[in-house]
Parts: sequence; structure tokens; C-alpha cells
Amino acid sequence: MVSATKNSWKATESNNPETRPAKSQSIKMSLTYDHIKSKLTEKFSDQVTNFEELYGMLSFEAPKEMNLKVMQFLFDEPDLNFRFLTDLTSVHYPDNAGRELAVVYHLHNLVDNVRVRFKVFTDINSPDVFTAANLFSAANWMERETYDFYGINFIGHPNLKRILNVDEMDYFPMRKEFPLEDQTRIDKDDDMFGR
Amino acid sequence: MSEHHIKLPEGSIEKQTTTLNLGPTHPATHGVFQNILELDGERIVSAEQTVGYIHRAFEKIAERRPLYQITPLTDRLNYCSAPINNMGWHITCEKLLNVKTPKRVDYLRIIIMELARISDHLICNSIVGVDTGAFTGFVYVMQYRELIYEIYEEICGSRLTTNIGRIGGFERNFTNAAFQKLEKFLNEYPAVLKEFENLFTRNRIFMERTMGVGPISAERAINFGFTGPNLRAAGVDYDVRVHSPYSSYEDMDFEIPVGSTGDCYDRFLVRNQEMYQSISIIRQAYQKVQEFKGAEAEIFHADVPEYYLPEKKDVYTKMEALIWHFKIVMGEIDMPKGEVYNSVEGANGELGFYLISDGGRAPYRLHFRRPCFIYYQAYEEMSRGSMLSDAIILMSSLNLIAGEMDG
Repeated sequence: MVSATKNSWKATESNNPETRPAKSQSIKMSLTYDHIKSKLTEKFSDQVTNFEELYGMLSFEAPKEMNLKVMQFLFDEPDLNFRFLTDLTSVHYPDNAGRELAVVYHLHNLVDNVRVRFKVFTDINSPDVFTAANLFSAANWMERETYDFYGINFIGHPNLKRILNVDEMDYFPMRKEFPLEDQTRIDKDDDMFGR
Repeated sequence: MSEHHIKLPEGSIEKQTTTLNLGPTHPATHGVFQNILELDGERIVSAEQTVGYIHRAFEKIAERRPLYQITPLTDRLNYCSAPINNMGWHITCEKLLNVKTPKRVDYLRIIIMELARISDHLICNSIVGVDTGAFTGFVYVMQYRELIYEIYEEICGSRLTTNIGRIGGFERNFTNAAFQKLEKFLNEYPAVLKEFENLFTRNRIFMERTMGVGPISAERAINFGFTGPNLRAAGVDYDVRVHSPYSSYEDMDFEIPVGSTGDCYDRFLVRNQEMYQSISIIRQAYQKVQEFKGAEAEIFHADVPEYYLPEKKDVYTKMEALIWHFKIVMGEIDMPKGEVYNSVEGANGELGFYLISDGGRAPYRLHFRRPCFIYYQAYEEMSRGSMLSDAIILMSSLNLIAGEMDG
């Protein structure tokens, strides 16, 4: 029942052609960032912006109403094939007026072993972003977690409620307006529990 | 019907199913999480999982801590294999800081990580045994987990939440006692593992309890974000150690076991095979470590004065070491600006660290990609239609660790 494959990719005797790296002959990726970039620009022209390579990972940005379209395109396009949602989270930038909250998706093409980072920014006053839960089942809880901590309202999510915090909580604790306790405070009796 | 009949609450007559709360604290859940099961007889109609009972806000805390103080937080994610989390965190920091670790450090790290993987798989597989009614295996392998913990203890002084290693390497060189214990482990453990396997692998009761229980197809597993042994049991040979090698895993020669059906039995077999592979990796790494001679054999950390605490005797005698010591301890070092995603093959899946730095002293944002959290949401789909007792095996066979789930 259990077979084994050698860790060199050259010898891949396939018993599951769909998920096996079919095209890649060596560990080098056959899908380049330039190709992804040109594909995206071709499809969405100047909607997809801010291409940059940070620490070896391609990162780009799209308007928030485009997030599903871009991800669906990355998912469906035969030579892009980004079918694995590695991570979904949010970041709060309080100084970016109008684009305070970023939703960050890490997508992975398992066939060519390429990862990309995709961001959408949203206004904190109307943090509505379309849900990816119908595309990736994995997004379900990750979006609930993101909602729980940042208050991103994922439109169309099947069950958008808090997951790690208590239901009664009425704020979003990971936002930057909730700092941790100031470590230099002096109004506490530190004789017993000093820091 | 006359009025003399007792009036039951609305809807209670029509209700054909039973609701059962499994957890939050139930011996069979092996952790603090709750399952609200809807049962028809003994068959599961639907399940709703609740997590978050031990959420400790690590990501928030990390926003106020210098890098080295975040290592103990990572311990508490998957506490069955804390060293892998520690190493993953160090490797993420090193990626951000552009630190190149010496080969010897990499190999020592591999030894530690693979030991941690073995101890984690050991617990998971023996717990699957316990849930099918076989307690012997669990008790039998415990002494070898103890031996692994003793090796940790020799290296870093602690056992469960290890806080092992530092950014750039280890806090001290491995002692001879550590290597002796490692040799003892390498000599004795394969036979024990074989015996453990003999207890289960072809055991009729065990096979009937686990085969075909909680299966998942490769396609669904990928869609659900499965990684690690659970994904490999479904037939996908994705392993971070091979796909994006870290810590010189590319120098090791090993195989990735894959299953085919993704059921509990395959997960068990995959984990067992991985333990054999881990032993072989440890042997290779240990051999490579022994090849370092003279001054090279004394290297146990990279040269990163900004992040690696200087030796105590240097702190007392050298001005520069004293300054660095002070700056590190007070957390007064600005890290470079950047965004890093780095992942390691944790014992139960891809453990990722998404670290954003704005050039300050603490991370601007740190997100842990916790494999447990992501694949626990598939539990409902996997357990639907199975028996209650199968759902319990499924839970332990997925290797759900509450600490990791709640972050």
C-alpha cells in the first residue's frame, strides 16, 4: 500500500499523474516568475501591480474586488496551476490611509514548485473582501481566523464567525490600535512579579 | 391527542438524531478541543469542531519581542516536536538576516529535527494504537521517546519545550554524552520500531479498525491544504525537505513514503516508514558531523554577533562582547526591513513562518502557518458517515495537537 519515491525528482515513477511533477525534469523550476508576470499582465493589464521579489518570492497586488478573479485565473490556467493555498492572513498598516488592511495569500504550484504571494488592500471602514472558501476549502478556517483577528468581512463565506476568540468579543485584537502592555510602565507593584 | 399529554418542546419529536458533545476535555480527544457530533444511532451525520480553548495570542505577543524571545513561543505550538518549531524559527530569522550557517550546524540541526520527528510520529502512531485498544505499543515505545528527550536535555537542558538552538546555531557544542546517547538510540531504536510495527502493521484487529477509516482523496487533501504525512498518505509526494530544502537537507539521501488511500491505516504506515527514513537521515548526518576534524569540529554557530549571544567569559573580558551582550539582551538591535515566508517540514505538516519586519526591533507582523489548524477543518468531511469510534481514531491519526491549532 505504501510505495516510496526517491527524493531526486528525476526518478518519478508516477502512480498519481495529477499531482506528480510531470513537467519538471530537475529540481529547477520550469515556471519562471517572468512568465507568471507576463501572464498576469496579459490577462489583467495594469490591474495587477507592484510586482516585486522579496527574499526569493514573487509578490504582487490587485484591487480587492479582483482577488477572486486573479486567484481563479492562477488556479485554472494550465501552465500556472496554483492550486494549493499555503497561507492566508492579514496585516494592519494604520498609516496607510484608505488601504489599512492587507489580505495576504500565499499560493503554491505543487507541480512546478513555485510559490507566490498575492495581496489585496482594503479600507478599514469597509473591510469587505470576497471569500476564497469556494475555491480552496482550506480558506474556510483561515478566513475565519483572519476575520476573528482583523475584522475582514469575507463576502460569501459560508460560516463567518469567530474561531479562536470568544463569540462575545466586540473588537479585533490583532489590529495595531491594541498594543500589548507597555513594558516600561511604573504604576505596578513589581516587588513580587517584577519584570 | 388529548390535552393530558405532556407537552414536549417544539421539534423534539421530529428530531431523529442525537447530539453528542465530544470534548472540550475528553480523554479521547488528546487535547482541548470540542466536537459537536450529530449522530444517527452510532453513525456520524455531521460534526462541528470548535477550537480556541487554549489560544495564547502568540502572534500578538511576538509583535513586542526581539527575535530570540520568540523562540520559546514556537515551542508551544506543536509541543510533541518543539525542536522542529525552534529550528524553523531560527531558519526564518536567518533568511531575513541573510545569515549563512556552517555545514556542521546544519547537520546538527538535522539530527535534532529528525529526532523530533521520530518522537512526534512515535506518539501519534502509538496513540492510534491506544485508540484501537492496544495499549502495549504506547507504553513500550515511551522509553525511546524518553531517550530522545534525554538527548535534548544533554544539548539544551530542557525536555519538552526545548528552546533549543539560537539564531545562527546552537548555544553550546554537543557534548560527548549527547553523542553517546544518540549512538545508543541509533543502535537500539530500529529493533524497537520493528517490534512496534510487528505489533500493529499486520495485526488483524488493528487493520480492521483503521483500513478505510477516514479516507481522503489526493485532490481533496490538496484543496484542504493538507501537508506532511497526512497529504503523503493520500498519495502526494510533497515534502518541504525535498521541494525547498533548508538546513542542507539536499545533502541527505532519503525516500518519501507515500500512501494511496489516505485512510488511517495509510497514515500509520507512512509515519512508520518516515521514522525509518529519519533514522537513516540521522545516521548520514551523524556521519557527516564526525567527518569534521580539529577546529572544524568545534564550530557550532555562525558568526552573527548582532544576534548570537557571546560567550560569558568574553562578556567579562572583552568590550565588544559586552556591548553585544547588552544590546541583544535589551533587544536593541534593529533588524533589516523585509518580508519572508519560510517553511519547514514539521512533524505533522508544513510549518510556515510569515515574518514582516519594518526595520524595527520586533517583528511588525508574524504569522504561523500551523498545519493542524488547517487540516482539522477537513475532519467533518472525513468523519461524515463513519462510526463514532472511527471518528476517534481519525482524530488521533490526523495528529491533531491542540497547542498548534490554537496558536
